[in-house]
Amino acid sequence: MTSILGKDLVGLEHLTREQITAILDTAEPFKEVSERAIKKVPALRGKTIVNLFFEASTRTRISFEFAEKRLSADTVNVQSAGSSVSKGETLVDTARNLEAMRIDMVVIRHGSSGAAQFLGDRIRSNVINAGDGKHEHPTQALLDLLTLRDRLGRIEGLKVCIVGDVLHSRVARSNIWGLTRLGAEVAVCGPPTLLPSHVEELGVRVFRRVEEAIEWADALNVLRLQLERMQAGFIPSLREYNRVFGVTTEKLARAPKELLILHPGPMNRGVEIDSDVADGEHSVILPQVTNGVAVRMAVLYLLAGGAPDWAAAGGDAQ
Amino acid sequence: MSLQLFRGGRVIDPSQRLDDVTDLLVRDGRIADTGRDLGNPDGATIVDATGLVIAPGLIDVHVHLREPGQEDRETIATGAASAAAGGFTGICAMPNTDPVIDNQAAVGFVKARGVAAALARVYPIGCISLGQRGEQLAEFGEMVAAGAVAVSDDGHPVMSSQLMRTALEYAKVFGIPVADHCEDTPLAHGGAMHEGIVSTRLGLKGIPAAAEEIHVARDCILAELTGGHIHLCHMSTRGSVELIRRAKEKGLSVTAEAAPHHFTLTHERCEGYDTNAKMNPPLREAEDRDAIRAALADGTIDCIATDHAPHHYDAKEREFDDAPNGIIGLETALSLALRELVAPGLLSLSTLIDRMSCAPARLWHLDGGSLRRGGVADLVLFDPAGSWTVDPARLRSRSRNTPWGGEVLPGVVHATMVGGRTVHQRTP
Repeated sequence: MTSILGKDLVGLEHLTREQITAILDTAEPFKEVSERAIKKVPALRGKTIVNLFFEASTRTRISFEFAEKRLSADTVNVQSAGSSVSKGETLVDTARNLEAMRIDMVVIRHGSSGAAQFLGDRIRSNVINAGDGKHEHPTQALLDLLTLRDRLGRIEGLKVCIVGDVLHSRVARSNIWGLTRLGAEVAVCGPPTLLPSHVEELGVRVFRRVEEAIEWADALNVLRLQLERMQAGFIPSLREYNRVFGVTTEKLARAPKELLILHPGPMNRGVEIDSDVADGEHSVILPQVTNGVAVRMAVLYLLAGGAPDWAAAGGDAQ
Repeated sequence: MSLQLFRGGRVIDPSQRLDDVTDLLVRDGRIADTGRDLGNPDGATIVDATGLVIAPGLIDVHVHLREPGQEDRETIATGAASAAAGGFTGICAMPNTDPVIDNQAAVGFVKARGVAAALARVYPIGCISLGQRGEQLAEFGEMVAAGAVAVSDDGHPVMSSQLMRTALEYAKVFGIPVADHCEDTPLAHGGAMHEGIVSTRLGLKGIPAAAEEIHVARDCILAELTGGHIHLCHMSTRGSVELIRRAKEKGLSVTAEAAPHHFTLTHERCEGYDTNAKMNPPLREAEDRDAIRAALADGTIDCIATDHAPHHYDAKEREFDDAPNGIIGLETALSLALRELVAPGLLSLSTLIDRMSCAPARLWHLDGGSLRRGGVADLVLFDPAGSWTVDPARLRSRSRNTPWGGEVLPGVVHATMVGGRTVHQRTP
């Protein structure tokens, strides 16, 4: 079976508008599966999936695992602190060993940009990128897109600003590709020390001040600020970051219209986002998490060669 | 007495403004004569060079031969074989081996290995600082006495301006260049490729052009302060070219080299995380590549040097961030120069021979680089119209890390001779 997504899902950069829309559409019926008493469909029965996590992750790993289990796949979790290099085995050896075990799919999270593609190029199994270095985190962006579409009814023409540490963010890159591909206007806002060089060439506008971004946007996607960034000298202090770039109730109160607030998590409350914003009525942070399972089910299902219309019919028979 | 007569070749020697279809006579390893119709001297071996270019053997002032210490990647013998296959008769070995070449015994070892291999003249480069630690000067005098032709901490930029000043002043005593790897370490820290739109897309940490240019500017200023000879390694940015041009206008003793990959490839080559596109300095933008080409044409950059950097295939078969920098270059350099510089008309064949042979010999005071009567018969015979396919497994280097595998390149080296002795002969 050939999948409409190709063999692997490494990122959104090279997906078409139709492919992205197909994933979002396929996720719709899978949302319902998670609301059932018996949260299981047989779509991936007999498939074996390895969740290969070289970086600590709670939410993404659990979300993938639920998605796999609700599709009836057999799953194994491999967690490894640090990179494969510090473990002593190279990624190519890991890949060969997985191949030798005849697995069907690998979900990989790795600290090095390009690791998912590296693996995908070397094994026959489907590879799904669950975050590679500063490169891409496609399923996160897909769940962000699904959440925006749920709440605002469309993506085309929406104004979305990604706020914070864009430089080190794979979430930002995947969002930029996904949003622009579906016709949204995208902006980034953050300290210039944390914006990548030539970012405008990705088709985004840049706001220096978060107040301007709030005035412009329909939705803000607020990125987590890694605490190491302060030690590395990118910003002087977390307090100042919160004051200048933090999304606070006071700043939102001055907005001409209501904004949707997204955050990929985990949050640093009081740093990039204030608690009353995170817990407030415009926050869709928990619906994002719910959608994460549905979107990942859709990706797994489509990569396995599933047809979008079967999922739409309820996915109970195959 | 041995006599060899090369007949009918196009003899190119920019050192005496010679570019003519003519004969060349070699007697006992030295150039005896050039001229039309040298007849048929008694006992001479006749070599029909019709259709071939005969030029002084190529000289590369920047190679990594990995011996001692990393013989799984290259040895002095395999590196010299690679040089001979690429038309090089002289190569200067960078001292960042394991252990590093920072004393006369180590210099003597490299020299002796080169002599034993007898495939190219191997010139050791000594360290600037002991252990390449950037603290205390190595013994330049002792190393020069053992055969060192230059000093460099290549791989490690000399960040201390005080140490660089001292090195430039002290090196004057021995008339040797101080070759610097220009990179502002904190500014480049952790970078895996050129900082630009491609690094942004790939999510790789970038090395800004400024990291090189700041260092180039400083070195030029120190050359002015000291009057010493600074040689700037592997220049990669248009800004560096501009700085060198200004330094030369001032008459400073500044020389520079550029690598084939920097006049051929750009940062887009890193797409797909191809680790054979990972080098330091990194592949830059098209404007930088074009500036390097123009600088080689007008002489702002004096010479082509490969920065031949062998790595075991395992080492390159990994995540981009973790892969080592560099590619092998000795066997593809001439072909790439023909394709990228000569074919588009940027450099004449004669200027190319200057940049790859005469200039390095002249600036670094090395043998060869000329076909003048009485000089050593270090020669390359190549067919500029021929072509070959790069098969990494068939290269003479012990390593295969080349981005040009599978490509058809112009220019076939038919023979390489060192001191009149054939060290490489094309197998038909």
